[in-house]
Amino acid sequence: MRIALFVTCLADTLFPDVGRATVSLLERLGHQVDFPQAQTCCGQMQVNTGYQREALPLVRRFVEVFESSDLVVMPSGSCAGSVRHQHAMVARRVGDERLARRAEAVAARTFELCELLTDVLGLDDVGAYYPHRVTYHPTCHSLRVLRVGDKPLRLLRNVAGLDLVELPDADVCCGFGGTFAVKNADTSTAMLADKMRSVLATRAEVVTAGDSSCLMHIGGGLSRLRAGVRTVHLAQILASTQAAGPTRTARPEPPEPPEPPARAEPSARAGEEPG
Amino acid sequence: MTFLGMPTAPRGVGHLRGAEPFPVAARRALADSQLRRNLGKATSTIRAKRAAVVGELPDWEQLRDAGEAIKAQTMAQLDRYLEQLEARVTERGGTVHWARDAAEANAIVAGLAAAAGATEVIKVKSLATDEIGLNDALAAEGIAAYETDLAELIVQLGQDRPSHILVPAIHRNRAEIREIFLREMGDVDPALTDDPAALAEAARLHLRRKFLSAKVGVSGVNFAIAETGTLCVVESEGNGRMCLTLPQTLITVMGIEKVLPTWADLGVFLQLLPRSSTGERMNPYTSMWTGVTPGDGPQQFHLVLLDNGRTATLADRTGRAALHCIRCSACLNVCPVYERVGGHAYGSVYPGPIGAVLSPQLTGVQDNASLPYASSLCGACYDVCPVKIDIPAILVDLRARHVEESRRAHRLPGPEAVSMAAASWVMASGGRYRAAQRAARAGRLLGRGGKIRRLPPPLSAWTAARDAPVPPAMTFRQWWQQEHGDQP
Repeated sequence: MRIALFVTCLADTLFPDVGRATVSLLERLGHQVDFPQAQTCCGQMQVNTGYQREALPLVRRFVEVFESSDLVVMPSGSCAGSVRHQHAMVARRVGDERLARRAEAVAARTFELCELLTDVLGLDDVGAYYPHRVTYHPTCHSLRVLRVGDKPLRLLRNVAGLDLVELPDADVCCGFGGTFAVKNADTSTAMLADKMRSVLATRAEVVTAGDSSCLMHIGGGLSRLRAGVRTVHLAQILASTQAAGPTRTARPEPPEPPEPPARAEPSARAGEEPG
Repeated sequence: MTFLGMPTAPRGVGHLRGAEPFPVAARRALADSQLRRNLGKATSTIRAKRAAVVGELPDWEQLRDAGEAIKAQTMAQLDRYLEQLEARVTERGGTVHWARDAAEANAIVAGLAAAAGATEVIKVKSLATDEIGLNDALAAEGIAAYETDLAELIVQLGQDRPSHILVPAIHRNRAEIREIFLREMGDVDPALTDDPAALAEAARLHLRRKFLSAKVGVSGVNFAIAETGTLCVVESEGNGRMCLTLPQTLITVMGIEKVLPTWADLGVFLQLLPRSSTGERMNPYTSMWTGVTPGDGPQQFHLVLLDNGRTATLADRTGRAALHCIRCSACLNVCPVYERVGGHAYGSVYPGPIGAVLSPQLTGVQDNASLPYASSLCGACYDVCPVKIDIPAILVDLRARHVEESRRAHRLPGPEAVSMAAASWVMASGGRYRAAQRAARAGRLLGRGGKIRRLPPPLSAWTAARDAPVPPAMTFRQWWQQEHGDQP
């Protein structure tokens, strides 16, 4: 199949390995990946911060760039959610019904990576190999906007060598929330502290998710703690094979993680035990 | 305000605004480790109870659909149902009063209580009367209001504010409650322990004399049935029923959105509310009354219909769904923000996710401008709402309304507006986007050991507790071009 990749502005700029992994996974599965180079950003940050007028040109651009594609995939539940649930709304807010209809048509062919693999391509096993202890954080927008359900877990359970550990309170938000992390930084940090405690309790080496944004948040906190737990996007795990190994990263890998502490003390301010 | 030839719905006044923005109040709440323990324990307990009893019903989703549909249909013809309710209540011997805002409602209730010769009133737990600040208004007229709901009593005795819709004293634990009782009750046994049964018994003894002596009871209402004029209060303790039946005069304050068209509609809501609220299959006490029954219960009945910003809320196509709320508080109990900061940070008697969409609409969004942003948009509230209020969608809409109103008021754009406009300008052009990516790579200079530990404001809020990633040597699109050439 011919699949157009919307890599997301975040992955393009900061996490290119996620895009490369998505390409290598889909090509390994026998599909042809296009990367329309006129793409930029879905506009979710503007919409969720109240700047819908500023989001309008981005919605129009997304529609124009991907209108001719039969299938669009993106390695992000959050951006896919924005395309599906916000693009037409932004157009209607300014009374552009024609753009809203076009946006709905593109949205109907737009899929988050796990959705594409399971719903469109009919796969639960992508033949990946990843010999690590991994815990999965279901991001809020993949869980409650896209309703991906257990699709990512089905894919992960079929990865050879992977030791999947259940994350306690998995469905609770990590506290990212886009500009929420800056506007309500203290509350966001308190939520992050509890998420990190759950991650550390699993004694996993790797925490994975379908969104680079949430992983950047969780990973930023874990890195500050020097917790020794890595964040790896789901696409990178699914792209790894016994032959090729994990997709190459542009940055040097951190050394083997030390044993995680038995009990986490995420930060002095926000590290109280729950009652 | 300029008169534009259209009637203007009044803005809500009363306990709907905080003294400080949410992030400031939240910071203080987060520093209170006792508060976070109390909240964490209480919300996780009630979450588990709710999930268990909701899981018992195979038709839960259909019940939610029914609840949503009934509410939407009612709001579409709210004027008609309110007039029908007024007619039925009047036919059955009650008197109906219309209050445009909190000040009018307070004046009506104070006047009625004074006319009944009361210097004391006993109260059923009621958010509407908390919203309008009735207790303070009555006190100013020399009338003492006694809260009879146990949690409201704890809040009142502690000279505190409610922090939860259902459990107003959720921020207090047993030891704190014992301390408040010993300090404030006067007639309490000094050997009182913090055993819940002992605390409840102390409250029971304290309240009993009030129940038997008060001439006037004041209540809110959970539901009002337009076709019969019947009012309904659901509760757990039975103290509400005492207030509704013992005094000679009963005054009920009701937000206009509480009306339901028919008796049969109650069948849906009496299934949805207790399971969502206390996590019970059915609440212990459901009281219903219709006007006045000669020789039985209050012989004077007054119903005060309160607008206080509700008509203005109804005018907004997206935001009006907030009026569907049945005050179950399920959204508070699942909200990761509420669980960590508690209710006081929201500044209004309506805290949590529903408060973040309701309060700014009742007051006008500029008066509660920080509340629509007090959410990570995680969506947990929408999933548990028994009437399917899409709270995240209303939050996003309110943020847009806030930005648009600020713009119309010709306020100078803040740094945020400038950065949003700049980001949009950059992203709307492939060339500018690539140039910005090159600029971002300059961030590599900030990196130490593969991470950035400090960024300038406003991103310093991020690096206060989190490292930031160092931009990679090559963006994805550069890699793609290297591999595939420049073809589109």
